[in-house]
Amino acid sequence: MHILRDVRTMMIVLLIPVVLMILFGFAISTEVNNLNVAIVAPNRTEGVRQVVERLANNPYFTVVDYDSSIDIDKVLRSGKADAVVVFDEDYEHLIAQRAEGIDTHPAIQFIFDASNTNIAQTGAVYLQNVVSTDHSRQELLNLHLLYNPQMKSAYNFVPGIMGLIFILICAMMTSVSIVREKEMGTMEVLLVSPVRPIKIILAKMIPYFVISCINLATILLIAHYLLDVPMSGGLGGIVFISLIYLILALALGLLVSTLASSQVVALLISAMVMLLPMMMLSGMVFPLENLPTVLKPLPYIVPARWYIEAIRKMMIMGLPLSAVVKEVAILIFMTFVLMGVSLKKFKDKLE
Amino acid sequence: MSAIKVENISKSFGKVKALDGISFDVKRGELFGLIGPDGAGKTTLFRVLATLLNPDEGGAEVDGFDIVKDYHAIRERVGYMPGRFSLYQDLTVEENLNFFAALFGVKVEDSYDLVAPIYRQIEPFKTRRAGKLSGGMKQKLALSCALIHRPSVLFLDEPTTGVDAVSRSEFWDMLADLKQRGITILVSTPYMDEASRCDRIALCNEGRILGIDTPTDIVAGFDSSLYAIKGDNMYQLLLAARKANGVRECYPFGEAHHMIADAEFDVEQFKAELVEVKGLHIEPTKPSIEDMFIKLMKQ
Repeated sequence: MHILRDVRTMMIVLLIPVVLMILFGFAISTEVNNLNVAIVAPNRTEGVRQVVERLANNPYFTVVDYDSSIDIDKVLRSGKADAVVVFDEDYEHLIAQRAEGIDTHPAIQFIFDASNTNIAQTGAVYLQNVVSTDHSRQELLNLHLLYNPQMKSAYNFVPGIMGLIFILICAMMTSVSIVREKEMGTMEVLLVSPVRPIKIILAKMIPYFVISCINLATILLIAHYLLDVPMSGGLGGIVFISLIYLILALALGLLVSTLASSQVVALLISAMVMLLPMMMLSGMVFPLENLPTVLKPLPYIVPARWYIEAIRKMMIMGLPLSAVVKEVAILIFMTFVLMGVSLKKFKDKLE
Repeated sequence: MSAIKVENISKSFGKVKALDGISFDVKRGELFGLIGPDGAGKTTLFRVLATLLNPDEGGAEVDGFDIVKDYHAIRERVGYMPGRFSLYQDLTVEENLNFFAALFGVKVEDSYDLVAPIYRQIEPFKTRRAGKLSGGMKQKLALSCALIHRPSVLFLDEPTTGVDAVSRSEFWDMLADLKQRGITILVSTPYMDEASRCDRIALCNEGRILGIDTPTDIVAGFDSSLYAIKGDNMYQLLLAARKANGVRECYPFGEAHHMIADAEFDVEQFKAELVEVKGLHIEPTKPSIEDMFIKLMKQ
């Protein structure tokens, strides 16, 4: 009843996930769509034609130029093409020699405009992939991308966003709403009533739990229908893990509320101590392997890390619930510890 | 049996001693006032009695229950109205009342006879949000909410602070009415003029109780002679009077200065001493509770 009064906050809370999903899904996309390719082929032999055909038919590439000789530098500088594929004059011969095991110089050369490293890297990998799909030419290149062959960024960020949003809404909002009661003085009156503290806490948590469940549904719907995330590990498992994570986030919020004395402090603690490490140390933005050795143990205590890992496994890799038992167990353990500590800390006295 | 029994309670916050060995008894159905300036420890005492804080030393009983051991029992039978407006500002008047009824597990109708005389005054505004009420109406609403579960003891922490004079007087009328219904009321106020509306008062300052008695007896206990003095230059008068013979205490009091005099004080001699003060006017006056408070404080 109380949160319904604050329509603005309510709308923000419900819209955040939608906006974030769409923003990350379409605007801040690290995947490569519509790569403009120019092709240079001195001899248009059968083999060359096959490769060009494949490129032209691929929705990710647009062949903007196909000629026997091009001023490569000019095409790239003018922005007409993002990449140039150069076939060797002796393409067929080189391929044949390779097939016989004779070491030759490369038959195809990719030249990339690397001013956007993201496009260049992802594009190069994908280009290689397309060019070498012909099994007879496997030996030219050998690269496989598993689970996410197009390297769709949605697959990477959806679990990350989920980890982030639930902390944001459950932990931050719960802590702020409890601390607001302290700040307004209403907590004093609540405490001097026969209602047990556990009831007060539950009453504070349930609305945010419900909101988060709505958010969970929204995120899953957007992820599945708008961003084509597979959810191959089974929806039930994903929801189950998410619910555990929600409760964990609520416990975290409660803990913050027992530590903070004002709404501002609660917000700061939530943002600085929870949100920031969550983004940095959960593997959502930066690969954990790149952390300096000193910081390596830190991600082990960040709940979002385990959640994101589990969701990633289930959503993208399509593993069943049994494959993420370790993550789930850790999350449940963390939930119990946090709940225990915060319930103990939440006193029914003022000090 | 007394409704509230406080024995030697002390409570410190760090180095600040908010309560320093407080003891008093409140009889059943009594309207007991704690009178004292800000920082006297009144709010801390309320929080201790409302079981929100545990005392460092000493103990207390409310309605026969120990405030530390049986605090759940106490929470069911006291009504507590904190000094700061502590209702939900974004709920309407009616919703607040219903919420508190639900909180105590009672129905509004069941206690309506008790709440009605107060609630009827704010009923025209029942769809208004509590935050938008005037100071006096807020206090009436808060009192209604504190009464919703028919408490046997009411704790009212500075209920009339920040309320206009008319509403203050109305508020005290309501308290008198509640007292008639047998509810024990412990009320605090920084306004000395409200003290006369209580059955008994305790004058407190800096965590200690200076004296407990009925308002009339407190004033009757003022055993020195008191004068009101006026002059053209009031500040000069104040400084001069403080130096004069036989003057124990002199302090500004409204538009005059009040002066507590010793037994050997002589009006004529005083006039002679303060000859340089133009327009000097001196007359004996009746002591008030405030005079008594100042006298006790200086001792």
